Amino acid sequence: MPLFEVFVRPRRGLQHQHAGSLRAEDAELALQYAREIYTRRREGVSLWVVRSSDITASQEDDAPAFFDPADDKPYRDATYYALPKEVKGL
Amino acid sequence: MAEAANELRDAEARFDQRIKRDERVEPKDWMPDGYRRTLIRQISQHAHSEVIGMQPEGSWITRAPSLKRKLILLAKVQDEGGHGLYLYSAAETLGASRDEMIDALQEGRAKYSSIFNYPALTWADIGAIGWLVDSAAIVNQIPLQRCSYGPYARAMVRICKEESFHQRQGYDIMLTLARGTAAQKAMAQDALDRWWWPTLMMFGPPDAESVHTSQSFAWKIKRHSNDELRQKFIDQAVPQAEVLGLAIPDPDLAWDEASGHYRIGPIDWDEFQRVVAGDGPCNRQRLAHHRRVREDGAWVREAVEAHAAKARARGARVGVEGAPDAAV
Ligand SMILES: [Fe+2]
Ligand SMILES: [Fe+2]
Ligand SMILES: [Fe+2]
Repeated sequence: MPLFEVFVRPRRGLQHQHAGSLRAEDAELALQYAREIYTRRREGVSLWVVRSSDITASQEDDAPAFFDPADDKPYRDATYYALPKEVKGL
Repeated sequence: MAEAANELRDAEARFDQRIKRDERVEPKDWMPDGYRRTLIRQISQHAHSEVIGMQPEGSWITRAPSLKRKLILLAKVQDEGGHGLYLYSAAETLGASRDEMIDALQEGRAKYSSIFNYPALTWADIGAIGWLVDSAAIVNQIPLQRCSYGPYARAMVRICKEESFHQRQGYDIMLTLARGTAAQKAMAQDALDRWWWPTLMMFGPPDAESVHTSQSFAWKIKRHSNDELRQKFIDQAVPQAEVLGLAIPDPDLAWDEASGHYRIGPIDWDEFQRVVAGDGPCNRQRLAHHRRVREDGAWVREAVEAHAAKARARGARVGVEGAPDAAV
């Protein structure tokens, strides 16, 4: 039985977030099961199910190398730039 | 027949309710054609502005005065390209096609912000653009974070976060020049002189003359008028110029105690109309550059497509092999 990843939109206006996974015979049933498993307490207003095998993921083990190019660029943050105290609204 | 009409009426009522309750509209919801068209026009033109906006600043990457400034400018211009991509993707959720949007830009059927038709003549222009143009963009974009269309609103949240770095690095350049030699300070003043009025025009024509506004208000795509946003920008920027010790190039500029706002002299709307109509200093150059880069890059897109097709034929997966955590 294939594995599905479940995504829940908590409220209108927010993006879907990963909630967990489950096994199901097909996508239609996965949606039914997801409703029972992940949204019994009004956790969301919309569900997505995606076959886990359709997800291509980066490897946790390679994360340092994969995300490394962002580590030494503190100048991408606004707080890197010191402002005179009297400047407002920047 | 009657049933279909009823269904449509129900869908319309649901849409109207959603707007009224200030809820977001999502891609799979029913929406009026006009709402969809208005958003595609606005979001794609916003995307084009981000991408065309890379040109005036990009022209200074190789001429930045230090390695540090070069790295910062490179990161900033890269962000603008990213903003274009968030926005093209948001427009695609409405059914727009990327090729069609780019064709519309290149054929002049779609506009981009008129500010990017001005040239960046000196290094101080990079400061003035970051400080003024990115600040104006932020003033425009903050209310769009609450725009009724979910994917556009969420793209704006990401963009606004990144814009604050843009604005700061620009102000930092201006501050450094303004506190530098007399020649550096004069260069900063000259850049402010040239960018001030075109930046005020970024907010669009005065309220009395602006088209397509009222429907956009009703749909909660737009939440503040052009003049309101322009005023908000002016009220922020004037004191910031004072800290720099630079003069706003407007002899009529005055603080109005009664309203608590700065008052400005008349904006040259004829200049704005000329630039929008295609006759700014750089309109032809901007589109020619965009066309050339698209053509020069065609082989890369073709090569990636050919590689993917070959991998498909071999039955392999393209890209990083790896399954999500739970998939064993
Ligand atoms: Fe941007
Ligand atoms: Fe922008
Ligand atoms: Fe920016």
